[in-house]
Amino acid sequence: MPTVSVKRDLLFKALGRTYTDEEFDELCFEFGLELDEITSEKEIISKEQGDKKAEGASDVVLYKIDVPANRYDLLCLEGLVRGLQVFKERIKAPLYKRVMPNGEIQKLIITEETAKIRPYAVAAVLRNIKFTKDRYDSFIELQEKLHQNICRKRALVAIGAHDLDSLSGPFTFTAKRPSDIKFKPLSKTKEYTACELMNIYKTDNHLKHYLHIIENKPLYPVIYDSNGVVLSMPPIINGNHSKITLNTRNVFIECTGTDFTKAKIVLDIIVTMFSEYCENQFTVEAAEVVFPNGKSYTFPELAYRKEMVRADLINKKVGIRETPENLAKLLTRMCLKSEVIGDGNQIEIEIPPTRADIIHACDIVEDAAIAYGYNNIQMTLPKTYTIANQFPLNKLTELLRHDMAAAGFTEALTFALCSQEDIADKLGVDISATKAVHISNPKTAEFQVARTTLLPGLLKTIAANRKMPLPLKLFEISDIVVKDSSRGPAFFPGRCAEVFARGQSIGKLGVLHPDVITKFELTMPCSSLEINIEPFL
Amino acid sequence: MAAHAPGAGSGSGCSGAGRDTPSAPGAAMADGPVADVLLRRLEAADGGLDSAELAAELGVEHQAVVGAVKSLQALGEIIEAELRSTKRWELTAEGEEIAREGSHEARVFRSVPPEGLAQSELMRLPSGKVGFSKAMSNKWIRVDKSAADGPRVFRVVDSMEDDVQRRLQLVRGGQAEKLAEKERSELRKRKLLTEVTLKTYWVSKGSAFSTSVSKQEAELSPEMISSGSWRDRPFKPYNFSARGVLPDSGHLHPLLKVRTQFRQIFLEMGFTEMPTDNFIESSFWNFDALFQPQQHPARDQHDTFFLQDPAEALQLPMDYVHRVKRTHSQGGYGSQGYKYTWKLDEARKNLLRTHTTAASARALYRLARKKPFTPIKYFSIDRVFRNETLDATHLAEFHQIEGVVADHGLTLGHLMGVLREFFTKLGITQLRFKPAYNPYTEPSMEVFSYHQGLKKWVEVGNSGLFRPEMLLPMGLPENVSVIAWGLSLERQREPPVPRP
Repeated sequence: MPTVSVKRDLLFKALGRTYTDEEFDELCFEFGLELDEITSEKEIISKEQGDKKAEGASDVVLYKIDVPANRYDLLCLEGLVRGLQVFKERIKAPLYKRVMPNGEIQKLIITEETAKIRPYAVAAVLRNIKFTKDRYDSFIELQEKLHQNICRKRALVAIGAHDLDSLSGPFTFTAKRPSDIKFKPLSKTKEYTACELMNIYKTDNHLKHYLHIIENKPLYPVIYDSNGVVLSMPPIINGNHSKITLNTRNVFIECTGTDFTKAKIVLDIIVTMFSEYCENQFTVEAAEVVFPNGKSYTFPELAYRKEMVRADLINKKVGIRETPENLAKLLTRMCLKSEVIGDGNQIEIEIPPTRADIIHACDIVEDAAIAYGYNNIQMTLPKTYTIANQFPLNKLTELLRHDMAAAGFTEALTFALCSQEDIADKLGVDISATKAVHISNPKTAEFQVARTTLLPGLLKTIAANRKMPLPLKLFEISDIVVKDSSRGPAFFPGRCAEVFARGQSIGKLGVLHPDVITKFELTMPCSSLEINIEPFL
Repeated sequence: MAAHAPGAGSGSGCSGAGRDTPSAPGAAMADGPVADVLLRRLEAADGGLDSAELAAELGVEHQAVVGAVKSLQALGEIIEAELRSTKRWELTAEGEEIAREGSHEARVFRSVPPEGLAQSELMRLPSGKVGFSKAMSNKWIRVDKSAADGPRVFRVVDSMEDDVQRRLQLVRGGQAEKLAEKERSELRKRKLLTEVTLKTYWVSKGSAFSTSVSKQEAELSPEMISSGSWRDRPFKPYNFSARGVLPDSGHLHPLLKVRTQFRQIFLEMGFTEMPTDNFIESSFWNFDALFQPQQHPARDQHDTFFLQDPAEALQLPMDYVHRVKRTHSQGGYGSQGYKYTWKLDEARKNLLRTHTTAASARALYRLARKKPFTPIKYFSIDRVFRNETLDATHLAEFHQIEGVVADHGLTLGHLMGVLREFFTKLGITQLRFKPAYNPYTEPSMEVFSYHQGLKKWVEVGNSGLFRPEMLLPMGLPENVSVIAWGLSLERQREPPVPRP
């Protein structure tokens, strides 16, 4: 769940009123947000690096707000305020408009070299925008939040924002050999080739996480203006030349990626959020993108979609009895402008470009329920009549557990994952004979395989309890994982037996081989019984 | 599985004044010979006597005298006993050895002949390592590192005084007080001396002193009952401040006891248990079937354990797989879909299930194939896996509790009603619901309960109505809703015993 950090006073100013922490927490809860933490920059630094480092840091109060992972429209102060103000019926949801420029439209031409690495691009222009320090910071922070979430750490989409007045279109999105790309990147004072940059960024705590996206590709994506100035080398870094500043008035935004749908959503979110600060509020200037096949498209899409939902469907799914008019009002409070049409039971809902999360009627039903207030819904018990059954394996397990405990054994609960050594070397068995299931991406050696026997877990439990008085008598009834039947652990010669039930072998018992005992760092003799209980079902 | 003790019995020894137990064997001596002797000696004694001295005189264990004192005390005012503790210095096993054979450094010094000794050889001596560094710091010996066959050790002085041995011998002779405090503490640091506390009793006559104490019975026996002699016999009172003896018994695991309680609650509510006996699942059932897109962060290597062997699930229900594919990539069933290129390879990837909802998806798919549709209530409690590094707040394996109801016309109000009943059985009555996001439920609700101890609302579970994009490709009828909720077993405490 993404967390958005906003300055409390700035938030209250935008909301047009103040709240106590409790009141604001309550509002968040009702709307499906969570006021996760109340802090300040100073407090954060002091917590992470100590009081000394925090000296002089800002103690402006920050609200950290958890936002649902599919609500990209709430990832910045501007979006949060808009959402809450509409919810509280203090403003109406704005109508976002795409307009054609007075002069020539900005063009981004995609060449076919991009096909194998980053085939999609979209673009738009924010004209006559007015940044302040806070607005600028929010603009950068929103890009970062989008990168981390919907853009899947820039793998699916990467955003670049540029000072349009420093550039000259048309722009070209192409892919070149790394050695042939050379430019001055953001916050560097000289030019580097792409190869050099990839090396430099290996030690950059922020950028090193994105290098793998293009690192081993023969061609890297790059965007030029008509004078050969590099705008960006997505998804790694922008050029320093077109860097936006507080004085930037016209912003050219490009989003490139491997997922066309998400690129369009990301562009829509950025321009709907920040066109608020344009001279013509909520108005975005179109840009044209020409694809390698010659087809050209105009972005941002800013598409409004109409959905039709019957009022009784909403009532039936939520468990309420509201009039269609009331339901339309509830939905309108969620930025879904709605009206009753047709036979008086149909509601027509307009899905704005900010709400890409609405993909089905059930999403509309949820918004109606949120606006109605989850905690105002009457709780009822379903009339569903059923007879309960236990899963036979679990029923037998429950019976056996109690008998084992009654027989003086103590129940252990051990991890199902373990090291290869635990199920093989230590038990005197070759790993290939275990038929174990192997994990490809364990973070530690303790989770290399799924256990093929319960024995190692119990022996490790005994080893961790060596100080307890003997005898230790343990049992566990749980699942093991094998590709097919496997070989058991080594027993002391002449001191083991195979257990048969109903004519089939179900396991083994015996005194463990001293080598096994020693490998689990134990010194006392141990005996074990391990059987498969499934044949008894 | 059992780890065995060598031989039988607990073998634990008691020292000092010891502790007795309601029916410990020591109590039987209460009226035994030691108690008799003690009373007779006390009668003759002037003032009183010391338990340790008496034990030494009688040649019995001090513990036997202590037992007699305690049992006489239990009879009332026969004797008075005052607990005294005296401290004494004793040699440790190593201290004894040094008192006998000299300190390690002295032994090292003595083993160096005038012509010197190779350091490597010296180190192999039993006292070598410890003695070498001590003898060096005492400046008794020196090392010549330039010698031809490696470092060689020579004497620096012709003779030395082994103070350590001398001091230990003093302590052994009962003259520890002759050592300076500093000397004693140095020897203690070297683990050669220990200070032991001896607890003894100073016994004197009580107000009801008598040498003829009638024998008290410890236990009611079958003979006493049949003969009726219990009517005339005095019985020894119980010592209720004794620690007691833990009975030998097995135990159930506390977390699994809570699991049993949850199973019970579900069964009481008419829920049938789903099969969950497969830790290994395909990405298809774990994610795709739940309408969780293939680029979802949960499908990342950082969060999920994927399998290397067997890496791919070969058997998937292909008809259904195609419907799922279409719903993800193009939409359908009233959905816009996610509009991306859905890949079968991605769905085939095997993993350790990240939630039991994968098992719920399988159960619902089986339900959808049974015609006509019959309403169900399902539950499961089993292990799930997340690719975490273990620490105090993160487990790579934990247990998930899940409840599912499928019927015609279920509502969010029904879900809240079922949750209210479920949590009431857990002793949780104050609930509230927060809108939330889940990829496979819509509407979704987080369940919060008011925590009396923390004085705040805490999240106790997650819930919602399964999305139509998950249910309809399975083949469930359109007007059937499925409500579901989940919580973590590890976060639960044992439900309280309900009061009638």
